[in-house]
Amino acid sequence: MSIVVAKQLVKTYVTGDIKVEAIRGVDFSIEPASFVSFIGPSGSGKSTLLNMIGCLDPPTAGQLQVAGQEITNLSRRNAARFRGEHIGFVFQDFNLIPVLTIFENVEYPLQMVQNWPRGERRKRVKEMLDAVGMGDQGHKYPRQISGGQKQRVAIARALVTKAKLVLADEPTANLDRETAGRIIDLMKQMRDEFETTFVFSTHDPRIVDNVEIIFALEDGILRRHEQVGGGDHA
Amino acid sequence: MLNIFRFAAQNLLRYKRRTLLTSMLITLGVVAVLLFISVSGSFKTLMVGQITDSMLGHIQIHKKGYLASVDSMPLNRNLTSKQIAKVKQFLEQEETVESYSMRIRLGAMFSNFTETTNIRLNCVTPKDEIKTAPLLTERILQGDKEGLIKQGEILIPELIAKGMGVKIGDAIVLVANNRDGSVNGQNFIVRGVLEGISGPGGRDGMIHIDDAKTLLRIGAAEVSEIAIRLKDIDQLTTVFARLQAQLGSIKNQQGLPVFEVHSWESISPFFNIAKMIDLMTFFIKIMLVAIVLVSIMNVMIMAVYERINEIGTISAIGTLPNKILGLFVVEGFLIGLLGTAVGTVISLTSIAVMNMTQISFDFGRQKGLLLAPTINAVDVIFVALIVIAIAVIASLQPAWKAARMDPIAALKHV
Repeated sequence: MSIVVAKQLVKTYVTGDIKVEAIRGVDFSIEPASFVSFIGPSGSGKSTLLNMIGCLDPPTAGQLQVAGQEITNLSRRNAARFRGEHIGFVFQDFNLIPVLTIFENVEYPLQMVQNWPRGERRKRVKEMLDAVGMGDQGHKYPRQISGGQKQRVAIARALVTKAKLVLADEPTANLDRETAGRIIDLMKQMRDEFETTFVFSTHDPRIVDNVEIIFALEDGILRRHEQVGGGDHA
Repeated sequence: MLNIFRFAAQNLLRYKRRTLLTSMLITLGVVAVLLFISVSGSFKTLMVGQITDSMLGHIQIHKKGYLASVDSMPLNRNLTSKQIAKVKQFLEQEETVESYSMRIRLGAMFSNFTETTNIRLNCVTPKDEIKTAPLLTERILQGDKEGLIKQGEILIPELIAKGMGVKIGDAIVLVANNRDGSVNGQNFIVRGVLEGISGPGGRDGMIHIDDAKTLLRIGAAEVSEIAIRLKDIDQLTTVFARLQAQLGSIKNQQGLPVFEVHSWESISPFFNIAKMIDLMTFFIKIMLVAIVLVSIMNVMIMAVYERINEIGTISAIGTLPNKILGLFVVEGFLIGLLGTAVGTVISLTSIAVMNMTQISFDFGRQKGLLLAPTINAVDVIFVALIVIAIAVIASLQPAWKAARMDPIAALKHV
């Protein structure tokens, strides 16, 4: 069963008398444990699409199913609950919470969103930090680590809740070439290890070269759906 | 919930200087209010004590209409022996009464054989008067304080002593009108000089009640007023109500009340000053509320504004809106709690220091009054609860704004 299914998805923004059709009736589906990217020029609607899949922005029309649930009409509260249970996010600017240590940042979704018991929580956080190669940095604060390390922590935070879907909006945009490559490798490794679906919105050719499926957007319309060989996932 | 507290505390520590400054502002407000309450309360207690313990007593009973015409000290409005017996019967049964003193009050001519003036006199049974107004002897500026007064002696007011040059041991004569209009005179020896205090009776002289009876040619027991001292002034309202109910129900043949009962509050003008102090305390509390409200709101609005991106992040990863609201409200609560705790400690320490250093002050003609500020737990708890509640209320609007924030817009915020 597909983890994301969109049918005739439409998103229209209205500002005063001006109507902007950001997404104009797109259809697509994403299979579990796939490595997928939405690509397209600025304003093509890729971030809007990612926001809708992430329950951050409701569609204007059409149907959108994520993890088997119709999310089109979720209330604000239920959307937050759904995000906390099923979706992980990786942001361009890492978005770690500066007052929390690396360990606490990864612990945050388990503690404040999913209410895991302390013992299990700490074990899981340690596992995830080890998995992203940050096991010995847990005591540090975000300001004390590099951009690449921050993104590793962000990936650990996105996966710590055992989310089946991770949405990453330009995750390598603020990283140098070498670090970006390592982050992409890490995400692929995580996909392989945890069977997590990674969906990107990006311009970065390094990501595009590594994904298995590309959805090319232009002016809110899905122009191309391409299966590529970037992934070596079995 | 504990997680929210922990996270909120960490956020406050992130902005140490701002947290400290806001808490200090609240601390200042709390200190100002608690010190004002304690010092003004001390002043009030002291003054009430002075007034009740050196002159008025806590409650006074008169014949109906006496106080309305008190300036002329009417002898025809004295309580009769039958009426006195009724009051005595009640007072003897009332366990809250420490003591009571029967007084005759009269106006007379005072002469030192060279000059004459008018004088108001309070005529008492010394033993009862000392029990009822225990600070009275402290008002004796010159002369023997022991036993207050004996028959044939007079305590003269300071003003007359100074004005007429009368000294202790001098012979004087008092001439008074009797109830029937006839005049009688009697010789007295000046035993001492009484300090004047503000309020009714504060500038009266004093003689023994038996001398008053001779001077006025009163045969049967007869008094102008009965002053009552309670074991605990906090019971004033209850005892006063009981007395009013008991004595107020006694009517004369015309169906009119025989007695009038007054607490010191309705007799002394100081009660209005006390009420003004209470009013000032109330306004100081309002100012404190305003300080807390404005400072916490300011801090929390800034906290939300500075952390828009962070709010977007925690919202995106699934933090429920009510938890985000809780986070900011708890931050406000913690600032309020910190300010209150520090303020309370500083206030209590300052009160203790003031008591140790024994600060004295003058009030009118009264010199060297000792300031003994105290504060009761109820006042401290009340102020603390108000401050903390206002801190929480002030955080609500910014917290609500944070909880309702659109995560996409928040994430895009730079």
